[in-house]
Amino acid sequence: MDQWKNFTKGFIKENPVFVLLLGMCPTLGVTSSAINGLGMGLATTFVLVMANIVVSLIKSQIPDKVRIPSFIVIIAAFVTVVELMMEAYLPALFKSLGIFIPLIVVNCIVLGRAEAFASKNSLGKAAVDGLGMGLGFSFALVLLGGVRELLGSGKLFDFPIYSENYVSLLFVLAPGAFIVLGYLVAIINQVKKN
Amino acid sequence: MAKRESTFFNMVVTLLAVTFIAAAALGFVYDLTKEAIELAKLRAQSEAIKKVLPEFDELGESFKVAIPSSTDSLEFFPAFKGEERIGVAIKTYTNNGFSGFISIMAGIDSSGKISGFEVLEHAETPGLGSKMNEWFRNEQKPQQNVIGKSPSTHSFKVSKDGGDFDAITASTITSRAFLEALKRAYDAYEKNMNATTASAVNQ
Repeated sequence: MDQWKNFTKGFIKENPVFVLLLGMCPTLGVTSSAINGLGMGLATTFVLVMANIVVSLIKSQIPDKVRIPSFIVIIAAFVTVVELMMEAYLPALFKSLGIFIPLIVVNCIVLGRAEAFASKNSLGKAAVDGLGMGLGFSFALVLLGGVRELLGSGKLFDFPIYSENYVSLLFVLAPGAFIVLGYLVAIINQVKKN
Repeated sequence: MAKRESTFFNMVVTLLAVTFIAAAALGFVYDLTKEAIELAKLRAQSEAIKKVLPEFDELGESFKVAIPSSTDSLEFFPAFKGEERIGVAIKTYTNNGFSGFISIMAGIDSSGKISGFEVLEHAETPGLGSKMNEWFRNEQKPQQNVIGKSPSTHSFKVSKDGGDFDAITASTITSRAFLEALKRAYDAYEKNMNATTASAVNQ
């Protein structure tokens, strides 16, 4: 039961995007379509899980004063692995995510979980936390990307829903990201209250 | 297990170990994916060439053509059907996109007309500039369609600048850059092809 709570907290209660408001740069940057959000979310999930596992494994070996640089090196290594793998085996997705993959390194949510959770908890807990947080992050990005894609280009997962003549381009541009995010945060807050 | 103390020696050794292991792991993955990445790039390139040219039997050897007044060069991929050269695919580019660099594979058939194009790399705004790959091949709208046209008969500029093509709605900068890249391919094509005919005549 404890592990289950540990897993589900990333979705609503401690959602990295809607509640913790961490990792805003990739969140606002890539979510111009649902599929981009999904790709970014899953890439981040992989990095989160792997980084959490490794940090949890070596936590007692790392002296306190150099823990942040050590964590960053570990995270950066996994991000580069994701980048190379994606370029090799998923070139289309790599093309559309482009510059945002290297930016996972500076996504505060990854370092945040390594520092706040993985470095204090056991291997199993850290892995579950990484998976829950990662999937919560993906869920948020898909929701945000989906709403923006629907309002901004009349499609959902590249599937046309209504005519392009009625779309509002604002939503695929940067200001649209802030507006949609604001409304989603408000809705999530309301849901949490009830 | 007790936490290691933050003595100078411990810190140096830890950082050294962490970075060393990370570097070794990355070297391994790089080696593992190197071939696949090259293959994926080559495949994307040859697929683009197939898309932009009329049907051909085989590709001749590619060669690079320098652009005057710059250090860059464009890569030419001549295509043959039997003995006859039916067109050239040219990998062209521009740095003037809304987000900078755009790389395009442009096909020019033997009569000097654009037979097709394929955007290879770009970072334009999704939903706006990113539409260029569809916008400029719309057969229902001759004011947008570049295919079958040649820069020798049409002005490859957006209509706002006195050219013959309508820019993508809300993406004039991308449209300008796109047309500029095609024009650049054509200019290099014309120059180079004239050069080869000229040298053929001399021989």
